[in-house]
Amino acid sequence: MQVEQIEPIDLQATGAVARRQAFSRVARYFLLAVSLLGVAILFVLAYITIVEGVGRINLDFLTNYPSRFAGQAGLRSSALGTIWVLGTTIALAIPVAVGTAIWIEEFAPKNALLTFVKLNIANLAGVPSIIYGILGLAMFVRFAELGPSIIAGALTLALMIIPMTVIASQEAIKQVPPSLREGSLAVGATHWQTVWYHVLPSALPGIITGVILSISRAAGETAALIMIGAFSFIAFDHSLNPAEALRDDFTTIPIQIYNWTIRPQEAFRQNAAAAIILLMIAVFALNLTAAVIRERFRKAY
Amino acid sequence: MAVLDPEQGGPAFRESLRKRPLSRWNETIIKAALAACAFVTLATTALIIFVLFRETISFFREVSFADFFLDTEWQPLQEPVSFGIWELVAGTLNVVLWSLLIAIPVGLATAIYLSEYASPRIRRILKPILEALAGVPTVVFAFFALTFITQDMLQPGLGKGTVPIFNSLSASIMLAVMILPTIASLSEDAMSNVPRDLREAAYGLGSTRIEVALRVVVPAALSGIVASILLGIARVIGETMIVAIAAGSTPNLTLDPLASIQTMTGYMLQVGLGDAARGTVDYRSLFAVGTMLFLMTLLFNIAAQIIIGRYREQYE
Repeated sequence: MQVEQIEPIDLQATGAVARRQAFSRVARYFLLAVSLLGVAILFVLAYITIVEGVGRINLDFLTNYPSRFAGQAGLRSSALGTIWVLGTTIALAIPVAVGTAIWIEEFAPKNALLTFVKLNIANLAGVPSIIYGILGLAMFVRFAELGPSIIAGALTLALMIIPMTVIASQEAIKQVPPSLREGSLAVGATHWQTVWYHVLPSALPGIITGVILSISRAAGETAALIMIGAFSFIAFDHSLNPAEALRDDFTTIPIQIYNWTIRPQEAFRQNAAAAIILLMIAVFALNLTAAVIRERFRKAY
Repeated sequence: MAVLDPEQGGPAFRESLRKRPLSRWNETIIKAALAACAFVTLATTALIIFVLFRETISFFREVSFADFFLDTEWQPLQEPVSFGIWELVAGTLNVVLWSLLIAIPVGLATAIYLSEYASPRIRRILKPILEALAGVPTVVFAFFALTFITQDMLQPGLGKGTVPIFNSLSASIMLAVMILPTIASLSEDAMSNVPRDLREAAYGLGSTRIEVALRVVVPAALSGIVASILLGIARVIGETMIVAIAAGSTPNLTLDPLASIQTMTGYMLQVGLGDAARGTVDYRSLFAVGTMLFLMTLLFNIAAQIIIGRYREQYE
């Protein structure tokens, strides 16, 4: 018996179909190239900045006060100012932000007021930082007569980061499964005991991640602080006593970078690059910590 | 724990019952404290509106509405003073236009690649790097715009005669980099949320991957994409440091990318640096421009939220 020989079918597309397939294949590499653009920019900018500024980084650069001679200028007062302002901002903003998130997710009656509060927070998160700056200028610096002080700066930054911290904390609290709450309530815990002993510990990694990202935003903020008048020559160390230090004028590292950037001399450009390297190391360290906490404590419910 | 058994009703159980009203009281106090925290956010909005409007009203007692909206000259700091807002609005629109022309194609191409082409491994590497761009302080972008983009690239490339040291283009390029993560990441989320059925139906009909991406996924995710662009616009309008450092401080009624301009935020920072005395018209003009800025960003943010809200209803 003779087996019929079957002609092999050619699956290769031809004509218009082949052209469409070729277009799709080319598109893959085109889209990849464009996507890598963002990554490339990040690396190129990092590389150029390091080449420009790394030579300026030494102990004197960290411990010197600002100076009109680029070679003697340093980050001492701006680094101390950043630490003071950020520390105060954290102390003011975090309890309020986490409290708001707990109220919204756990206690608030589900009514029109809650809808309004949520909508309001979403809008506040989109308000430009310079608007918070003029709010701080009118309210804290002028009306409350705090002057361009550390406490006025911290209050301004606190109002600025509260909305985004609330939103991140809300997301973390939402991730806690209802069964955990119900179990706690079923054995007789009160509502607050349930929140304090069960919901918050479970939501904590997510809340910490959100808080760290907000802090890194505050650490890089420049416009709002310039608006409240924190653009002065500071050549003293703040007292270690908060009651005195909080009323001091101050400057921060981003403001110092701005100050050096707008000067025409090349030497100040190197100072700015060096300060940027240090600021970016701090910001990326914060972001990395947030990412690690998020991955490490990610729970699958 | 026999004494706590309600059936037996031992003294310890009765004692614990008596304590309950106190714990209820504590709960009430805690709840009130938490509600007070939420009140802070409402108070913030109220304060922003109060401060902006109070000073803006004082401003319009000195400068007429007609001068503000019909005059085409913004010259508040030297005689003869004039307060035509359009030069500043034009400055803002200038950087919005050019930064979007860069950020939309790049952002959407990135979103399409990540959502439709990239393997999970590449996505895991690419997305965090992209999001790292979102963490860069804007004063750093401003430094890049003025030094590397203008001084090292545009001026040597196009000639110092055509590119002034402060120009809209350098600011727009860095603004585009700033909003790239917003547009790419939110658009990618919208595209990933498009149901598989739609894609598979298109593949079943013989579409290629790029055809599915462009003709099925992008249209289905359009509302999310539009929302991401609106949020990007709001961020560009409100950004201060990049435009203040790189785009200049010359109010200019033009959309020319190589012109030296001033945006609304740029003017506000300039006044802030000058330590305007309270009660002067400079100080009040700060709030008039601030009100304009606030309303413009609010408009784009609310539009984005409405579109996101509609889009969620569609697939859930």
